[in-house]
Amino acid sequence: MSDAIRVEDVSKLYRLGIVGNRTIAEDLNRLWARMRGKEDPYMKVGEINNRITKGRSDYVWALKDISFEVKKGERFGIIGKNGAGKSTLLKILSRVAGPTKGSIKLKGRVASLLEVGTGFHPELTGRDNIFLNGSILGMSQKEIKSKLDSIVDFSGVERYIDTPVKRYSSGMYVRLAFAVAAHLEPEILIVDEVLAVGDAEFQRKCLGKMHDVSEKEGRTVLFVSHNLQAIKNLCQRTLILNNGEIFTSGTTDESLKKYAELVREVKINVKTDIDNNTNRRGKGVIRFSGIDVTDSDGNKRNEFELGETIKFKISYEVFREIEGLNLIIAILSGLSRECITLAIHKLTSSTLYPGATGEAEVVIPDIYIKPGEYPLYFELIDEKFNGYSKDVIDDLTAPLIIKGGDSVKETDFDPDKPSGFIAIPSNLVMNEIETSKITKKEILN
Amino acid sequence: MSKSNSEPEWTIEIKPVSGWFNLHLKDVWRYRDLLFMFVRRDFVAVYKQTILGPSWFFLQPILTTITFTIVFGNIAKIPTDNVPPVLFYMAGIVCWGYFADCLTRTSSTFVSNAHIFGKVYFPRLVSPLSNVISLLIKFGIQMLLLIGFIIYYKLNGALVDPNIYILLTPYLIFLMAGLGLGFGIIVSSLTTKYRDLSFLVGFGVQLLMYATPVIYPLSAAPEKYKWIILLNPMTSIIDTFKYAYLGAGEFNAGNLMYSSVFMVVIIAIGVVIFNRIEKTFMDTV
Repeated sequence: MSDAIRVEDVSKLYRLGIVGNRTIAEDLNRLWARMRGKEDPYMKVGEINNRITKGRSDYVWALKDISFEVKKGERFGIIGKNGAGKSTLLKILSRVAGPTKGSIKLKGRVASLLEVGTGFHPELTGRDNIFLNGSILGMSQKEIKSKLDSIVDFSGVERYIDTPVKRYSSGMYVRLAFAVAAHLEPEILIVDEVLAVGDAEFQRKCLGKMHDVSEKEGRTVLFVSHNLQAIKNLCQRTLILNNGEIFTSGTTDESLKKYAELVREVKINVKTDIDNNTNRRGKGVIRFSGIDVTDSDGNKRNEFELGETIKFKISYEVFREIEGLNLIIAILSGLSRECITLAIHKLTSSTLYPGATGEAEVVIPDIYIKPGEYPLYFELIDEKFNGYSKDVIDDLTAPLIIKGGDSVKETDFDPDKPSGFIAIPSNLVMNEIETSKITKKEILN
Repeated sequence: MSKSNSEPEWTIEIKPVSGWFNLHLKDVWRYRDLLFMFVRRDFVAVYKQTILGPSWFFLQPILTTITFTIVFGNIAKIPTDNVPPVLFYMAGIVCWGYFADCLTRTSSTFVSNAHIFGKVYFPRLVSPLSNVISLLIKFGIQMLLLIGFIIYYKLNGALVDPNIYILLTPYLIFLMAGLGLGFGIIVSSLTTKYRDLSFLVGFGVQLLMYATPVIYPLSAAPEKYKWIILLNPMTSIIDTFKYAYLGAGEFNAGNLMYSSVFMVVIIAIGVVIFNRIEKTFMDTV
């Protein structure tokens, strides 16, 4: 099959900091270099984009030498940590921002959903906004008119269709917006994490729709998400970005395996900037200095089979006086972020003073939660659960991956089937059926 | 898949810099429905939740005309080429208003549409074009008002003399739209990174009005400064307009030619800058 998208050596340079008097000097400098036919002097000083370390230069490569191809009709996923360059890449692909270097070739009409409801005007009615949003996304009047009924139907807000959208609830707003987007018929569909906004039912609807347009209509789908489960279900091939560069690219299964390795390398250290990361909350009274997930033999890993033993080894450092200390470890659901299990372990009730360090180990003897991916949540907090003196590591470490494994193979239990969160292997031990005296013939009569 | 035997034909190529003069007019044409939707949005949404609604279209020029008549006509006693002052000012205001609106609205294109431009691609030129068109509707409505006044004054025997040059109206509109658009996209392109210019535009347009024969006839301008006023490309447009509808002043083909050339140059410069900025503005806006 032929390529629908070809990305060749795309790079994007960003200038950090604020626009001010210094920028104009740099602009003039650049213009001068260009007039003399030289390379942009600031391209040379660009650094690898790593948001955690403090760079020496104001210039950063948000993307560097990205090349890949997507075949027609393929569902292609892009994942990466925050700031890996996913959104920048999508912006360039949807022609919202231009690349600094390199080129991208696309075949066919492109529609990008970086956001649902782009251009919705609050004063206009739902109907008017369908037309407005549809045209912004590249549909013609005629196309929208012919699909209007189906769009209204899909959105489920028929009753409010002639009411200004500013009176809508946020859920109705999103439904209407996605209904329009779902009726786009481009050859290439680029979808950012728009799914993050809706409820679970809505998310399933979106994923189903994307699957359908690719499978049944042969359209190409480019999908960016943090939700690994969604990527796994939807995409055939996946690209992983890390610090603006391609980390790996291949079939989704291969890529996700490598991604798990990448994420596992996240080092929790006491210096990680708290302001920079929403997943690390706390005022610096106490900090985790290390978190290791290991098996019973002490080998670091994050993939476990049902019934295996999991050990959490944590260490911490105290920076300001703290009264007593509790350790909270929770396993969350990857889809809804609900807490599946949470335990509070009391480490001490005496006061700790700056400079104190500690280590603790928590063991889950046998894990019996449904196979899947589970983000982990770690928290250190004082005895009185005072929000001021705590440190939270929420979904910053590699997620826990639970697999069916050999231990359940000999039972009747199929770990991939049951719904719910807990997977308790069960065996059929008694099963008697007393046949009825009535035969099939008699029933027919 | 072998690349050699059938290199696919790409429909879109994204490169760092596009050509100097590529207007993407084909793209704009493909998105003509969007153009229409934007015009409709502007028109429908602008007076939502107002009591007077579209009558603001009339109130604005009428109130300005009254003010100008009192201040410049009765107090400052600036001559109006023997035409009733009300008509003289109204003609100037309606005409200037269109140009000024085109310029100010277009000049905020990138900044005020950043939330849309940052999420979806469509030919960016659609936005300023839709401004020019939706303002044209406003201009049309105000023209009806002006014509009504002219008929009323004419019937009452006032000295107004609409003539054949009225046929030039579409061309004058085209010139004004072109100038407004040209200046506007230059300003909007330059303001994506440095916002200084947007401050200038607000009162600059107002100041420019005084360098245009809106509230005074060209004949009343002192000889010493006349050349400055004539350098202003709007001068001949307003003058021709007033001559055509009111018979005030005189028609000068040479001056109108100058304005036409000026417009072409401004549009050309505007397009070049716009093309340069279009691809990078999202990073700086």
